[in-house]
Amino acid sequence: MAVTVILPTPLRVYAEHKASVEYEAHTVGDALDRLTAAYGDLKKHLYTPDGRIRSFVNVYLNDEDIRFLKQEQTPTKAGDTITIVPSIAGGAADASARAGA
Amino acid sequence: MLELNSELAARINAHGAKDYPHECCGALLGTDGAAGRAVRDLLPLSNRRDDSPRNRFAITAEDVRAAERAATERGLDLIGWYHSHPDHPARPSEFDREHAWPWYSYIIVAVAAGVPREMTSWRLTDDRARFEAEPISPAAAAGAAAQTSSPVGGTH
Repeated sequence: MAVTVILPTPLRVYAEHKASVEYEAHTVGDALDRLTAAYGDLKKHLYTPDGRIRSFVNVYLNDEDIRFLKQEQTPTKAGDTITIVPSIAGGAADASARAGA
Repeated sequence: MLELNSELAARINAHGAKDYPHECCGALLGTDGAAGRAVRDLLPLSNRRDDSPRNRFAITAEDVRAAERAATERGLDLIGWYHSHPDHPARPSEFDREHAWPWYSYIIVAVAAGVPREMTSWRLTDDRARFEAEPISPAAAAGAAAQTSSPVGGTH
């Protein structure tokens, strides 16, 4: 049941500079758990302190955004590819209290 | 140290001026290695924040993927991003930090009343606690003592 997890360039430095890793996993969350267990420094960049995937971290299962599937509970099968893709946000200090993006 | 030649810096400035009073944004395509990090090309992008484009910018995952493909096609890497701060200093905001990725270079250009001013570059620390200034050099330092240039964190 090996699935491949493809890491974006900015995170590879925390995973021994690997572009991809393979894990035995039954769900997307399972694969991500194994990833962050192997490379603990990735966790703070992928998850908020309360354990949710950060808003600017996009996870795709075979090119389908898991937000439109069953999120981290999305089942995986052998040969699947999970891709972590950044989205980028920011802006000037004004209205910094505003939530969003 | 981030190498950015004057022609590329001028293109970032021009983008910031053109999109003023909205924030502009784009991708930095270049090289990163033992010899240092250098911007070799730019990919201007559309600010996807239609709701508050004066003080926010967003680049979608699809745009990020497109930027990665553009970099690969040019034999380069996607090494960071630029955006403007209309009528604000060229310093990262708390919002910038909360949404930043490590490793990438983040260039910010201040645009005051439509005129580009200071340009700075920043990189997020590993613990996500803060940005560190990344000095911009207009030409390759080639390992020699680089001349002081483009100071970051200037006064406003």
